[in-house]
Amino acid sequence: MKPAEQSHPGPKADASSCELAVIGTGLAGLAATLFASEKGIYTAQIGVNAGIIHASGFLDLMGVHPIADGRVWENPWEAIDAVTTDIPDHPYARLPQADIRQAFDIFMNLMKAAGLPYRYQPDANSRVITTLGTLKPTYGVPESMYKGTEALKTQKKCLMVDFWGLKGFSAVQLEEMLRDRWPGLQSVRIAFPEVGPSVDLYPEKMARALELRTHREDLAREIRPHLNGAEIVGMPAIFGIYHTREVMADLAALIGADVFEIPTIPPAVPGLRIKEMMEAQIQSKGIPLFAQKRVLQVNHDNDGGFVLDIGEPATQSISHRLHAQGVILAGGRFLGGGLYAGRKKIVEPLFGLPVFQPPERTQWHCSQVFDPRGHPVNMAGIEIDDAFRPLDDSGKPAWKNLYAAGAILAHQDWMRMKCGAGISIATAYGAVNAFAMNARP
Amino acid sequence: MGLIESNSLKTQVLIIGGGATGTGVARDLALRGVNCILVEKKDINAGASGANHGLLHSGARYVSNDPESAKKCMDENRILKQMAPDCIEDTGGFFAAVQGDDERFVADFPTYCEKAGLPCTPMDIKDAREQEPALSEKTIAAYAVEDASIDPFKLVLENITHAQQLGCQFFRNTKVTGVKKSGRQIKAVELLDKDSGKAFCIETEMVVNATGAWAGQVAGLVGADIDVIYSKGTLLITHNRMTHRVINRLRPPSDADILVPGGTVSILGTTSARMKTLEDIRPTVEEVDYIVDEGAVMLPALETKRYIRAYSGVRPLVGTGSQGNDRSVSRSFDLIDHAEDDIDNFVTITGGKLTTFRLMAEKTADLVCDRLGVSTPCQTRTTSMLSHHETQWAVPGFSSRMWLEHHDPDDLLLCECEMVPQSAIEEILASFHVFEKEADLNGISKRSRVGKGGCQGAFCSIRIAAFLYDRGVISANEGIDNIRDFLNARWKGQQCLLWDMPMAAAELQEAMHCGLFGLELR
Ligand SMILES: Cc1cc2nc3c(=O)[nH]c(=O)nc-3n(C[C@H](O)[C@H](O)[C@H](O)COP(=O)(O)OP(=O)(O)OC[C@H]3O[C@@H](n4cnc5c(N)ncnc54)[C@H](O)[C@@H]3O)c2cc1C
Ligand SMILES: Cc1cc2nc3c(=O)[nH]c(=O)nc-3n(C[C@H](O)[C@H](O)[C@H](O)COP(=O)(O)OP(=O)(O)OC[C@H]3O[C@@H](n4cnc5c(N)ncnc54)[C@H](O)[C@@H]3O)c2cc1C
Repeated sequence: MKPAEQSHPGPKADASSCELAVIGTGLAGLAATLFASEKGIYTAQIGVNAGIIHASGFLDLMGVHPIADGRVWENPWEAIDAVTTDIPDHPYARLPQADIRQAFDIFMNLMKAAGLPYRYQPDANSRVITTLGTLKPTYGVPESMYKGTEALKTQKKCLMVDFWGLKGFSAVQLEEMLRDRWPGLQSVRIAFPEVGPSVDLYPEKMARALELRTHREDLAREIRPHLNGAEIVGMPAIFGIYHTREVMADLAALIGADVFEIPTIPPAVPGLRIKEMMEAQIQSKGIPLFAQKRVLQVNHDNDGGFVLDIGEPATQSISHRLHAQGVILAGGRFLGGGLYAGRKKIVEPLFGLPVFQPPERTQWHCSQVFDPRGHPVNMAGIEIDDAFRPLDDSGKPAWKNLYAAGAILAHQDWMRMKCGAGISIATAYGAVNAFAMNARP
Repeated sequence: MGLIESNSLKTQVLIIGGGATGTGVARDLALRGVNCILVEKKDINAGASGANHGLLHSGARYVSNDPESAKKCMDENRILKQMAPDCIEDTGGFFAAVQGDDERFVADFPTYCEKAGLPCTPMDIKDAREQEPALSEKTIAAYAVEDASIDPFKLVLENITHAQQLGCQFFRNTKVTGVKKSGRQIKAVELLDKDSGKAFCIETEMVVNATGAWAGQVAGLVGADIDVIYSKGTLLITHNRMTHRVINRLRPPSDADILVPGGTVSILGTTSARMKTLEDIRPTVEEVDYIVDEGAVMLPALETKRYIRAYSGVRPLVGTGSQGNDRSVSRSFDLIDHAEDDIDNFVTITGGKLTTFRLMAEKTADLVCDRLGVSTPCQTRTTSMLSHHETQWAVPGFSSRMWLEHHDPDDLLLCECEMVPQSAIEEILASFHVFEKEADLNGISKRSRVGKGGCQGAFCSIRIAAFLYDRGVISANEGIDNIRDFLNARWKGQQCLLWDMPMAAAELQEAMHCGLFGLELR
């Protein structure tokens, strides 16, 4: 597919009208905007950072089904087959696997082109190491983290490094947790090269520091004496924000051993990298982005389009009015604000769409937080047709040109099924294609 | 008969139950120089003492139906304000009636107070609403009383810490499973160390059963019979403090008619529902909705308020014949001498109130000392509660105040919501050594504000677990078990009030702990 960046057939880039408005700057919204611009659709985007800054960098496709059995699948595509058979309304059932693959390929290529290369096995999930020392099944793994997964698999001799002053990341913990699976793992705590007066270290600050070579040299000097024959060195995710590849390669050369990173407690550097990278892409394509703004109200114009009133979430004051032929609603769930839970029921606040949900609040959650069945409320959300259009109470598309994508969709529990990024990317792709077919036949 | 193993421990008095009453008895006895051991099956404040309203009653609530309790409350209220000022915020209280409330009761209230000897000052309604703007526009009467807010966590920690300093031993996670008797005497109490799974014995001259709602179960182990009815009450914590004073609804005691301020929050409650068992006591969605709806009649802002937690406790009602309304039963306490059950060295102290815990401890200790032939009189009327540094971390706002005033540049905030630093966790860990037991996240949260702030444990649990690994306190995959147990314990009080912002917070927690870490997969 050839990117068609400038030649918009639609309205001019005056940010008062567009073909397609994407509501949400989470993974689903960002992916939708990028997919739409690849197709030459004149798009505008609105949203406040939400899930994306909490992202670990891992791109889950499909890992667990049925969740009650805790069955972890080696092959995510087989898992998708299984889940769409058992839950015919699952968002993955709305598009063929070939499209999901294509969506992922395009997305990963974009990431690579932007300097955030991913590694994945086409037909298998990988087990990645988390801060807690658990191994989580996922699909797409940032190259900087994939090396750890490989090192564990091949049992390389490894030194895990943590830092005085960095909370919530303990090399000893990782060593303890992984001891049985990874006997060649050792740990050490060192001081991070001087970055400022405060000892309370934040990963973002450390990552920014490592963008500079002198700090990498200092860090390598600290680490080298502890190597003790280690072939690879693991660290919290701090390998820069904009130049991760270079930082990583340089550190490896300076230390004299391979390096990899593990994402820290959210919000962490890997989420920030994706956000910065995607926003840069959007800007470079000249796409109007109303960052840190929300759509406060939606009206309908005479020719089937939408009028979006955009403004400050805090003051509720409207600063822009945007006309759009079509809208993709990628508002996320409760955290993102795409859904709102009142004391009596869950609503979709912007369009007033019906929300699929358990009949009463008593049934929203299980009494054990880790109940293997998962909390029923996490399957709640917006129901759609095969063209990703939200349904009204009668089961028909609520609006001809309104689409929904991402975590806001019903009949999926991405947190338990391990399909968060996958659903966002795949449904964003599906929604954009549906808009393209529908609005510009 | 060789009943007692040679390696068993020995004491004069064995106290069962680490709530306000048990720890109060321990301190009272220790102050009289009596040697004692306190055993608790979970941890301090595991029962009603950790799940109550925190109201230091003036007594006014009981003037209409239980004047004897009212009087006792008033006396103890005044003693505790003198002896334990660090545990009490002397807020004062209002009784307020709204349109539709029983006007006869409103009119009789001052007379009831006068009869019980309780001060109560009628308020001009305009003044009352100026002083407490949260009161409904429909307020029709208001009286000022001597209510106050008491911090039960600190109170119990002070009791046990003081008792320990005076030589009392405390075993947590140690459950009474039976006794060894000879004739009319208990010779030893059989215990289970729940951490190691080991059974052991303590030889003792007297046994005090201070197990609150469990008093019947424990008495049963000894072969004595107490008829205990369980009455569950549920409470809600608001996100921020709503009033300066305690606000009571001026009507015969009923549901959801008291709001008690405590530090930066307010606590709304309560309900009463008879329960068949003590297993899995937790607040429900229905109770929460009912409390909010009822409370909003007196304080309308409660309708839209954010709530951060709910919890439930159980009141033991001993040997009542009355049906249905558990509030009409006397809340004066039950001190039972089991000589009538043919056991000479076993006493039960249950019922009562947090407000009267000191008096309950005094009467119990008097009886015990009488049996032991100890003539030293009670000291707790006149001996101040010490304020121990390590107990302060449980007090809302203390940790953040300390941190903002001064902190070591090397120190780190492990709990960012409530500002609990690494050094505080160190201090709490050190206090665990007294029990010769390892600390865990739940134990640390009992002794600090950890997990009680905005994140409700989602983030601080990870930081503290990492710290516990670094310190070698936990190993292998214990950290994961710790986090799971801790989040599950917090969940108990969250699950029923997940709407509005807390719903988003719950989603973030699930995204992190399940979506990212996969903690539900085992
Ligand atoms: C703690 C955490 C860990 C995660 N770990 C993983 C992981 O390991 N693997 C993985 O694959 N994924 C992970 N994810 C990310 C997850 O994949 C995404 O959150 C998910 O894909 C949902 O994305 P979304 O874009 O649908 O929603 P969100 O990310 O919630 O984005 C919703 C967006 O909509 C905007 N919005 C809502 N209402 C309006 C409005 N009225 N006007 C304008 N904008 C609005 C919000 O501001 C926000 O930008 C994690 C997320 C979290 C929070
Ligand atoms: C909802 C509610 C609200 C209340 N509000 C107020 C108020 O505002 N003001 C007020 O003054 N009073 C109030 N009370 C009453 C007050 O909380 C109690 O009277 C007081 O806490 C009782 O303390 P206790 O030590 O007797 O019992 P508990 O605190 O219940 O302690 C009993 C302990 O015994 C332990 N135990 C049980 N079995 C065993 C065993 N086999 N071995 C070892 N240990 C065992 C338990 O784990 C528990 O920790 C309230 C009570 C409830 C339920």
